[in-house]
Amino acid sequence: NKLPSRPGSFPAVNETVTPKQKAITYNNFYEFGTDKRDPADHAGSLHTRPWTVTLEGLCNNPKTVGIDDLLRYRPLEDRTYRFRCVEAWSMVIPWVGYSLAELIKFAQPKAQAKYVEFISFFDPKQESDAPGMIQWPYREGLRMDEAMHPLTLLTFGSYGETLENQQGAPVRIIVPWKYGFKSAKSVTRIRFVAEEPATTWDTLSPSEYGFYSNVNPQRDEPRWSQAHERRIDTSLLPHTVPTLPFNGYAEQVAGLYKGMDLIKNY
Amino acid sequence: MTNRAVQWTKPLIFLLFLTPSLLLVRALLANQLGSDPVATLTHNTGDLAVYCLLIGLAISPVRRLSPRLGFLVRYRRMVGLFAFYYATLHLLVYVFLFSGFDITSALANVKAHEWHALRQNWIDVWPTLRDDLKKRVFIQVGLLAWFLLFLLAITSPQSVMRRMGGKPWQTLHRVVYGAAILAMVHYWWLVKKGNLAPLADTVVLAVLLLARPAWSWWQKRRARPTLQTAA
Repeated sequence: NKLPSRPGSFPAVNETVTPKQKAITYNNFYEFGTDKRDPADHAGSLHTRPWTVTLEGLCNNPKTVGIDDLLRYRPLEDRTYRFRCVEAWSMVIPWVGYSLAELIKFAQPKAQAKYVEFISFFDPKQESDAPGMIQWPYREGLRMDEAMHPLTLLTFGSYGETLENQQGAPVRIIVPWKYGFKSAKSVTRIRFVAEEPATTWDTLSPSEYGFYSNVNPQRDEPRWSQAHERRIDTSLLPHTVPTLPFNGYAEQVAGLYKGMDLIKNY
Repeated sequence: MTNRAVQWTKPLIFLLFLTPSLLLVRALLANQLGSDPVATLTHNTGDLAVYCLLIGLAISPVRRLSPRLGFLVRYRRMVGLFAFYYATLHLLVYVFLFSGFDITSALANVKAHEWHALRQNWIDVWPTLRDDLKKRVFIQVGLLAWFLLFLLAITSPQSVMRRMGGKPWQTLHRVVYGAAILAMVHYWWLVKKGNLAPLADTVVLAVLLLARPAWSWWQKRRARPTLQTAA
């Protein structure tokens, strides 16, 4: 389905956009299987209507909002961002959505709310390929200032159309300066909390995936060098590009981490 | 199967094992390897190497099922060499396509006979390769498995076997068990936690390895003389 949108408030990335066909057939969405191709093959079983997003926890306006109301709440923008997976591949994807900050303001978080937790939808009937070793539903989180940052996108679409199920339909988060797993898919609950929330990958393998998980070429992952990435674009032969600090968004977001040791707080 | 039939089927089996690599090359050239061709090539060549190892390791338990299956052992060397072939392709894909080596520029340099620039392509990627090898245990383990297969491959000709003597040769070729186990460790270490993709291969390998002591145990038990006791 086409989504009405207008040019975004951030300059688009001046790099070759990943062809849509590639972006929607190469996904990590373990609820639908662990192979990159699985989500495209299996996510058809996900029902994205009716769908609600519940705002809860430490906020003055807790609400459960229908997806179509959420979609119309603010004008949708086109935002073409780099997308960097922790597995050292990357894409350039034109997302459609509006800043998550708009929704957070609507929820009116209390002063004690320091973090935002995102809980993805989980139904073993619709998502029967989810590996049992992982505790579902999928959980992610951001610090309040990260969640409020205008780059953080409440995302409803890509390539001018509604999200495909395998991309995390009907609504997901996109945090372009962090590794892809920080961008929760098929979000159904947004909770305001005082303490740093436990997140799925950090719980599973704390030495590999920290809470912050900012894209950082300096911080090695035990299995992959993070110094460069394989750009998935139109080229047949591998196109390796150097990885940029904060995935190229340092100018906008480095200030959020002033005084923090980003090797320790990975 | 008669001697002749084995001779006759060998080229067919050879083609059968070679075909997956030809299909991969064709799919690559037709840009049909999915969104991330390099990842597909890496995974497929790795899978194929493991499959060949498992098939090779299955031959001796399977032929014990029936004396008529004894001929299978005559294909084993070829299957083993194919395991080495696919493991080598896997390694080459890693070095030239996966590691960050600038293959596009390198190919242009080869075409233009710019050997100096080609050397520079190597120098550029060398720190990454060295780092990978130093830091990433799964790569060390994978490389060791490849090296073991390499040893088996270069000692596979009949002439080498004769020169080594049957017994030492056989002892050396038992390292294939080690290579297969290392390949599994390599696989488990490379997938993210929670991903059980290597499970199927691992179970098959475990069954094939356990079949051997189970067989000897069974043989010993059968050989043990029993006493008929009068009730």
